[in-house]
Amino acid sequence: MYTDTAHDAAHGEHHDHGPAKGLMRWVTTTNHKDIGTLYLWLAFTMLLYGGSMAMIIRLELFQPGLQWVEPHFFNQMTTMHGLVMVFGAIMPAFVGLANWLIPIMIGAPDMALPRMNNWSFWILPFAFTILASTTFMEGGAPAFGWTFYAPLSTTFAPDTTDFFIFAVHLMGISSVMGAINVIATILNMRAPGMTLMKMPLFVWTWLITAYLLIAVMPVLAGAVTMMLTDRHFGTSFFDAAGGGDPVMFQHIFWFFGHPEVYIMILPAFGVISAIIPTFARKPLFGYSSMVYATASIAILSFMVWAHHMFTVGMPVAGELYFMYATILISVPTGVKVFNWVTTMWKGSMTFETPMLWALGFIVMFTIGGLSGLMLGVAPVDTQYHDTYFVVAHFHYVLVTGALYSIIAAFYYWVPKWTGHMYDEKLGKIHFWWSTISVNVLFFPQHFVGLAGMPRRIPDYSLQFAEFNMISSIGGFAFGLAQIFFLYIVIKTIRGGVKATDRVWEGATGLEFEQLPSPPPYHSFTEAPTVK
Amino acid sequence: MSSASNQDYYVPHGTHWPIIGSVGLALTVVGFANYLHDTWSATPIFVGIAILVFMMYGWFGTVVKESLAGTYNAQVDMSFRWGMGWFIFSEVMFFAAFFGALFYARMYSVPWLDGASNNDATAQYLWPDFEAAWPLLMAPVTDKYEVITKAMGAWGLPALNTIILLTSGLTVTLAHWALKRRDNVWLVYWLFATVALGFGFVLLQGYEYVHAYQDLNLRLDSGIYGSTFFMLTGFHGFHVTMGAIMLLIIMIRAAKGHFSPEHHFAFEAVAWYWHFVDVVWLGLFIFVYWL
Repeated sequence: MYTDTAHDAAHGEHHDHGPAKGLMRWVTTTNHKDIGTLYLWLAFTMLLYGGSMAMIIRLELFQPGLQWVEPHFFNQMTTMHGLVMVFGAIMPAFVGLANWLIPIMIGAPDMALPRMNNWSFWILPFAFTILASTTFMEGGAPAFGWTFYAPLSTTFAPDTTDFFIFAVHLMGISSVMGAINVIATILNMRAPGMTLMKMPLFVWTWLITAYLLIAVMPVLAGAVTMMLTDRHFGTSFFDAAGGGDPVMFQHIFWFFGHPEVYIMILPAFGVISAIIPTFARKPLFGYSSMVYATASIAILSFMVWAHHMFTVGMPVAGELYFMYATILISVPTGVKVFNWVTTMWKGSMTFETPMLWALGFIVMFTIGGLSGLMLGVAPVDTQYHDTYFVVAHFHYVLVTGALYSIIAAFYYWVPKWTGHMYDEKLGKIHFWWSTISVNVLFFPQHFVGLAGMPRRIPDYSLQFAEFNMISSIGGFAFGLAQIFFLYIVIKTIRGGVKATDRVWEGATGLEFEQLPSPPPYHSFTEAPTVK
Repeated sequence: MSSASNQDYYVPHGTHWPIIGSVGLALTVVGFANYLHDTWSATPIFVGIAILVFMMYGWFGTVVKESLAGTYNAQVDMSFRWGMGWFIFSEVMFFAAFFGALFYARMYSVPWLDGASNNDATAQYLWPDFEAAWPLLMAPVTDKYEVITKAMGAWGLPALNTIILLTSGLTVTLAHWALKRRDNVWLVYWLFATVALGFGFVLLQGYEYVHAYQDLNLRLDSGIYGSTFFMLTGFHGFHVTMGAIMLLIIMIRAAKGHFSPEHHFAFEAVAWYWHFVDVVWLGLFIFVYWL
């Protein structure tokens, strides 16, 4: 049995118990840094796995006609790409950042429930192995889209759907445990003086994200459970012949699905709110309004779900309500964007790699947000629904939004984590390479979408050929850029210029002000002082 | 809320229970999926569940040992409290999905199938003979979904079960009072009463299921009424069973003298859980049985 002994963490001389050796260190670890690292590597692996499926999609769409894969396999690719990126790449990456950063940002010795923290992670490799294995089973992987609408996922789905259902159950268990841990840590483990309104915004956004996770992951579990009983035990939740309704599935799914969107973007807001002030060398403008905006977005996120289903034949009153509520979200989101811009106003700005990614985030996330506003207008959505315009929209918010913030967070905190500076030149190449290619990839999709090209179809009409070819070229270039990123990550971990404790001239926060780079295995065994 | 000092916060040093739990979980669900497809027997499911039970026994056993050894300070205790509270909230949201399905079916899908709102054409084209009602005894397609002869009433067995569960909520509170006045004898007695009431509820619920299947032809596959009825009461019954087992373990621990008026979080966590299943039942009684 072991209790942390007090020692002065700030000097970086850690005579405390270091990690165990070998593979079992990672399997049995209860250390928030180890678990954060595991999450981040899982997310990167899944990013490359999901990305490879995106490459197959773009390859098939490079030219009109069926070129490389069967339509059924194409459907499997779009489905699995979405599932793997949402549940395997973006969400675990943010949980990894939460694990690494929250304890060192609030001055805690570790997460509140370290053993459960281990379990939250170690369910995921099993869940994704189960999910990925469906590709190699009879009937192939799920092919009904990542939203798995009934009856495609019930009456007409392959047997492998049951493996998918249970994989989702496992991911849900993992997410709920992870979120409980985050909330318990933030509410119970803050150092003396770290009042709620002094917490870094990354901590705030994660507190609210964790609440969203606990509120909606069980609803997703309920939805897939009803799918399972509809498939095997004769229930009729999603079958009109028994008095149920396939549209009911969509309502339940999107009651989960819309807050899920904010689960994937609120922590990104936290990351950007940390990076912009550092490189503008000014405190964040409107801190408390950022907190309230985040909370408002979270509350509104529960009340807008049916804007994903404007074309299912809802009563007009429903369409109007969901339209207005949706447009309302742009107010707190606008507050955030304006606060970031105002933070930079008259700042002494420099443009190191993390700042570039953060600025890229602000510009391109706003593009995604504006196309979201267009989609939120019910009569207009009738035209855009299920076209490539939607694909362009959510890739702007998820790739140049969520993923960009994760990459920005990597460049911003990796010197703190490893004690090594990344290679600034390579980081900048990575940014420009990615940013040019990602716009070549997704921007033309707005045009083909507006012109009527449907999503999730392996072939298209001839007039879309040029834009699709351009889009595919951008896609291959963007994919390659992330292999280059893998090289940068490994290079930085293995060595590099020694990072200072502060890392960045303008950096603030406990992790930069009171911990060495890298921080000791157990960071704050004695609570730090918060000014 | 933040503590004066983190110095004694207990950070355990490595644990093998989670990976065992993951193996158990994965085996259970993969076994279940294969069982559904007739590719495997049911054995892997039970092996998986056995691994999970072993994990819980070992994990909780470790925590109990550490707790008795005085490893946990007040701050650790508070982490456990937040953890349990939010876990129960997640359970509430799990039930919310099924209640949502119930309300949607009653308010929208069933009336719409009969032409309500602006769905005249739908009703005419699909099943013109279908008549909306709740409880829905006859689904639109009766050769696929069984016809129910009679809906489950509220004022027989379900009302008795309501009294039983509400009483058990009282007995668990009496047990808590006994615990607080260091009366270990009555603590165990009242816990025993709670466990007995809990299992009594489950038995009566089982009897009700037999009645539903044999006498009312109310089945899981008898349309949306049967689907919502059995999913909601079934998951609730499962939670009552789990809660009663948890109470039983707490009773055994109480008999061993594990709890003091100052340190008895495990008791409180299970009591919270028990009140949660109680409240869910009230929702069920009102919306599934009564109204």
